[in-house]
Amino acid sequence: MSARGLVSAPARVKRGEVFEVKTLVAHPMETGFRPGFDGRLIPRDIVTRMAVSLDGAELFAMEMSPAIAANPYVAFPMTLEKGGVLTVEWRGDNGFVAEARIAIAVA
Amino acid sequence: MTARRQFLAGALALACVPSAARATPETVAEAVRQLVAGRQVRDGALTIDVPPLVENGNAVPLTVAAPAGLSVVALHVFTEKNPQPHVLHARFAAPTPAARVATRVKLADSQTVLALAELPDGTFLRARADVIVTLAACIEDPT
Repeated sequence: MSARGLVSAPARVKRGEVFEVKTLVAHPMETGFRPGFDGRLIPRDIVTRMAVSLDGAELFAMEMSPAIAANPYVAFPMTLEKGGVLTVEWRGDNGFVAEARIAIAVA
Repeated sequence: MTARRQFLAGALALACVPSAARATPETVAEAVRQLVAGRQVRDGALTIDVPPLVENGNAVPLTVAAPAGLSVVALHVFTEKNPQPHVLHARFAAPTPAARVATRVKLADSQTVLALAELPDGTFLRARADVIVTLAACIEDPT
């Protein structure tokens, strides 16, 4: 499966300044509650967790349920004391893994 | 509503929920009870930003925001009439002032969205928002 994740954040921020991180990942988020053409339920296939870390230290994480819409979009505020590489990792059913990175400098 | 429309609505509702899989206010209360685990919950100035009238329940923009002067370690969202009560559990590694999380959710029916914010002292703030959904999340063609 070609997995595509995106992360958007300012390239440079002031120390302690609140900025928004926006993330998006391409995924069908099949709930497991819908019947297919044969009348049987389509098995669940969702992203279960997304985690955001800076140089390995986890800063934000979100547990997802089937109630999250397809192609999960998540935005949240963040402050940083030091710069680094922000890594977003998505994990889900059937071994789904996607990753996106962005470098942020702190002035 | 005409009889034909009633029939269609009923048929769609049946197609939507083939088994008894559906959250109820009781299962939501149970899920919240497990999360809260006896800690204090009070209704608070938590903002749930969701359209009051939704045409397509497949992707409903939802933002949960804590009041500006308050630090929060986690935000939780539940729904009453989706097949299961949990929607999301977002956790900040450090207490975050003006914490918010924005995403898009599926809503299976007109219902109440429940949000909880977990404060650093372990207590919770609670807020509710009512949403009317005209096209439920599970009617789309399974392609």
